[in-house]
Amino acid sequence: MARVVVNVALKPEILDPQGRAVQGALGRLGLGGVTDVRQGKQFIIDLDGDLEGDRAALMEKLAEELLSNPVIEDFTLTVEN
Amino acid sequence: MSARIGVVTFPGSLDDADAARAIRIAGATPVALWHGDADLHGVDAVVLPGGFSYGDYLRCGAIAKFAPVMSLIIEKAQSGLPVLGICNGFQILCESHLLPGALTRNDHQHFICQDQKLRIESTETLWTSDFALGQEIVIPLKNGEGGYVASEATLDELFAENRVIATYQGGNPNGSYRDIAGISNKAGNVVGLMPHPEHAVEALTGPTTDGIPFFASVVKSLVGAS
Repeated sequence: MARVVVNVALKPEILDPQGRAVQGALGRLGLGGVTDVRQGKQFIIDLDGDLEGDRAALMEKLAEELLSNPVIEDFTLTVEN
Repeated sequence: MSARIGVVTFPGSLDDADAARAIRIAGATPVALWHGDADLHGVDAVVLPGGFSYGDYLRCGAIAKFAPVMSLIIEKAQSGLPVLGICNGFQILCESHLLPGALTRNDHQHFICQDQKLRIESTETLWTSDFALGQEIVIPLKNGEGGYVASEATLDELFAENRVIATYQGGNPNGSYRDIAGISNKAGNVVGLMPHPEHAVEALTGPTTDGIPFFASVVKSLVGAS
């Protein structure tokens, strides 16, 4: 059994209004010195068997085409077999 | 025979009935298309309406682009089928890479719903030819994720190729780069627009009837071609 974790975040140059709202809230709740907050998404995908070969390549492709939008987002993908 | 224009209903579409009504008012016959259709029923053009397809899950328009009907529309749009995406439809067209860039959360974080002044910046598309260049119109704008973003190079290219079809006037309502409200593809058959022309086609229900020319433009081009 394999677990795939895909983290997706807006590219640094894209404005993140949600992150900015969270940054404001952290400050209001007393956390000083917050210089930036970026909000992302995490996908935890469990699969039968090890992820390798064609299935690993398809997983990578879908992380780019479905789970993220390469126009505005970057992703990282890690596999625990 | 009048032109037949398809309106796609996805789970979560809201403005399909208004889009069909606008098509009727412009003199064409609306044809209901379902997201699961594997057939475009011979339509001459397609409108992707506003709403929240698939609940806006994942990203706005991200799941809709994989709907069976969309794979047909993407293929036909690349060979000239006129397609207008309004609001969520614009998001779907960007996710489908028929149009460049993406729509992101409004910079001020609030949902907006207001009558919006726009200036028509290009009349060289199938969906804007019935306007006068530089014409100012007022149609409703209602979105939470309507901020148009693209790389500087893409923005430069859009303006250089006359592919920005409308800009926001009287202040930028959602953080869209360079006040962009709508764009077209290179061929001018695919147009994405964040504000809603289909809500401005009758004096009784709209702020104006300024939305009609979007639909009348394509109807004229279809009638002229047949």
